[in-house]
Amino acid sequence: MLEVRDVTKTFGGLRALDNVSFDVPHHSITALIGPNGAGKTTMMNIISGIFPPDSGSVSFHGVTISGTSPSKIAKQGLSRTFQHLELFSDMTVLENVMVGRYIKGSSGFVASGLHLPSVRREERENRRIAIALLEDIGLAGKQGELAKNLPLGEQRILEIGRALATEPVVLLLDEPAAGLNIRETRNLGNMIIGLNSERGITILLVEHDMDLVMRISTEIHVLNFGQKIAAGKPEEIQRNRDVITAYLGEEDS
Amino acid sequence: MTRGHFIALALLAACALLLPLATDDSYILSLMIFSGINAIVAIGLCILMGSAGQVSLGQAGFYGIGAYASAILSQLFGLPVVAAICGAAVLSAAAAVILAVPSLRLKGHYLAVATLGFGEIVYIFLNEFGPGGPSGFGDIPPFSAFGVVITESRHFAWLVWSVLILLIIFSLNMLNARPGRALRALHGSETASSAVGLDVVALKIKVFVLSAIYASIAGSLYAHYVSFISPSSFALFYSVLLLMMVVLGGITTVWGGVVGAVLITLLPEPLKAFEELDVLVYGMILTLSLLFLRRGIVPMITERFSSYRENRSA
Amino acid sequence: MLTVFLQFLFSGLTIGSVYALVGLGFNIIYNATSIINLAQGEFVVIGGLLMWFFLDSCQMPFLASIALTLLSAGLVGLIMERLTIRPLKTADMLVMIMVTIAVSIVMRGLLMFKFGKDPYTYPPFTEAEPFMLGGAVVQPQALWVLGITGACIVFLYAFFNLTVVGKAMRACSFDATAASLVGIPVSRMIMFSFILSAIVGAVGGISITPIALMEYDKGAMLAVKGFCAAIMGGLGRGRGAVLGGLVIGILESMTAGYLHSGLKDAVALLIMLTILFFRPAGMFGNAAVQRLKGH
Repeated sequence: MLEVRDVTKTFGGLRALDNVSFDVPHHSITALIGPNGAGKTTMMNIISGIFPPDSGSVSFHGVTISGTSPSKIAKQGLSRTFQHLELFSDMTVLENVMVGRYIKGSSGFVASGLHLPSVRREERENRRIAIALLEDIGLAGKQGELAKNLPLGEQRILEIGRALATEPVVLLLDEPAAGLNIRETRNLGNMIIGLNSERGITILLVEHDMDLVMRISTEIHVLNFGQKIAAGKPEEIQRNRDVITAYLGEEDS
Repeated sequence: MTRGHFIALALLAACALLLPLATDDSYILSLMIFSGINAIVAIGLCILMGSAGQVSLGQAGFYGIGAYASAILSQLFGLPVVAAICGAAVLSAAAAVILAVPSLRLKGHYLAVATLGFGEIVYIFLNEFGPGGPSGFGDIPPFSAFGVVITESRHFAWLVWSVLILLIIFSLNMLNARPGRALRALHGSETASSAVGLDVVALKIKVFVLSAIYASIAGSLYAHYVSFISPSSFALFYSVLLLMMVVLGGITTVWGGVVGAVLITLLPEPLKAFEELDVLVYGMILTLSLLFLRRGIVPMITERFSSYRENRSA
Repeated sequence: MLTVFLQFLFSGLTIGSVYALVGLGFNIIYNATSIINLAQGEFVVIGGLLMWFFLDSCQMPFLASIALTLLSAGLVGLIMERLTIRPLKTADMLVMIMVTIAVSIVMRGLLMFKFGKDPYTYPPFTEAEPFMLGGAVVQPQALWVLGITGACIVFLYAFFNLTVVGKAMRACSFDATAASLVGIPVSRMIMFSFILSAIVGAVGGISITPIALMEYDKGAMLAVKGFCAAIMGGLGRGRGAVLGGLVIGILESMTAGYLHSGLKDAVALLIMLTILFFRPAGMFGNAAVQRLKGH
């Protein structure tokens, strides 16, 4: 459903991505892994529209999305979280999620200013949906808290919640477990599995935490120095010599 | 709208209603009118700066367009005043779009100076090509609508404060709903905003236009009150004065704009005693507010209030 | 025809030199702190008015007056930095802009209080007759302005590129944390940048006053035009500000001469807006570097 074809991206003298191709099938949990500097976040940024590839393309349901703006991509059903959290820090937990409902609403400046009945109805409905979402992810009790006051684990979950509010078809998670402890990571993993199985959301996951990746992914693609070096199921990847070498270095034989 | 807002509105409306009844002094009424006019511009600026996180040092430009356009349309073209005010607002909105589109990519000080440049260009234009040039022009028709002509200060005071209160209600409604959250999201993180589908460019243009329309309406009211306008009222100093109002009152809430506008408008009174020190005192107030009243008077008071209530219930 | 053109050219170059100095002042502070100091114009006014004060009112010798004026200007820069910039160093850009505006108003208020609204002047540095150059009348003071500005430019170039202190100051703008980690006293560099910037501005004021006179409120427009000069050349780049200042001065002079004198202020503004909108990195600036710095 999400197709990455021959994507290349160069920054100055550095080739961050070199003819990378892979597919993210419907209803899968696809992981993109690789050592630091492999190009994973660059790929995420290209897929989510932050910058275009130098060559190659990304298409979603057959329609090319690479090169279009992040907001257009979001409207088509692709949402993401960020490696370095991008929450609306000075807004409450509930408000963060309600901003996620933006593309599902239509109240404009004038209508809202006039407090029209249609606006009131939409506000009530979106508020209801947002609170239900918060309950699903376990943050309902903190809806009035400012986002910046939450502990890191809950902030990461909030960012996922905000992305979920857009009712995405595909969810891009960029290192969601970064900075989380073992228990939080386990809960995160369960949540991702739940999103995939119960809500039918396709997941593209960039992660460093190998336990998490191996436990929840249905397939894995491995990048190293901008090139794809392996692809397959978790068991296959774990045994793959190139992957082990990439992470651990050459064995002295 | 929360209960706090409602109470504040009720109080404001009561004061606005009673003050012109309690006094006949045209001077006090003029202070009330100017406070109201400045407050209208100020709340537009608060929305632009406090909620959306943009900056404008050129609001005097839209204020001036509002005044001159409305005056010219009603005096020279004979349009009914309300139509002239609307026409002026459309013109200001267009100017805001023209300014906003190329300015959108600018941040921080670049944006500040670009808006400053805009305000100055409007002033220079009015000075060179406006009717009467630097001397300005008069015989601007008084405000009239539905056959009622407003010539008395008392009635005009009610008019201005009614417009202000309606705009406060409009602003609070808007800020509490989808567009307001979008603006605050813009302020929080543009990256995340576009990632959830917000059209960042369009929102910035819209909020610029909104603040320009507020300033334009205020400028038009000003013109139809004083009946004689000259470019000097719309120079850089006014933009700086507005900045003082919102910084002093607090940019994060429209009430900050109201409080700041009233305080700064009333300021020249006690300052009259200082004669040549007035510019210095203006500067000191702005500096000290920025240094010590970090977020402004209104947020400081509301924070004190809420921590007091928390302690009470604990 | 040609003489008229040359006349406008020379007067444009002369006033343009002052804009160049203001622009350089902007760059000095920007390079050390990433702050745009909108009070920069006031330093020029301080230079001119204080020079009159020491020279004319206190009847002090010429060189002593210059020294005292520059010292005082440096002191003003120091006080500004210590009292208003340093306490707010963690605040966001919006607050910093407003603080510099606030300080410029305070300075203007003090100047108005002390000197009133009248224009001031003092005799040119050398008593000599205006002479003809290609048919245009050139005042000797204009040559002083150009010469002093040139000397400043050379000095600043040498300072920032050849001395350790200068290079340290430039390091602070790229990465203050890294700079302090290698032992550069960042806060002292920042203080120094304000002092230096104030002195540079004052130099401009001292040299231009015999030609253009000085009033308490000229600071605002000087700041705007100096900022135009700075961004024309690419904010942070010395030679760009100089070229920018000269171009603005010349275009202004031509506009006032050939078109309409009331529009001359608009010229600088329109140039600035055009640059901001289409090429914010300026004529020489590097767009990528600007983006790196977060602009």
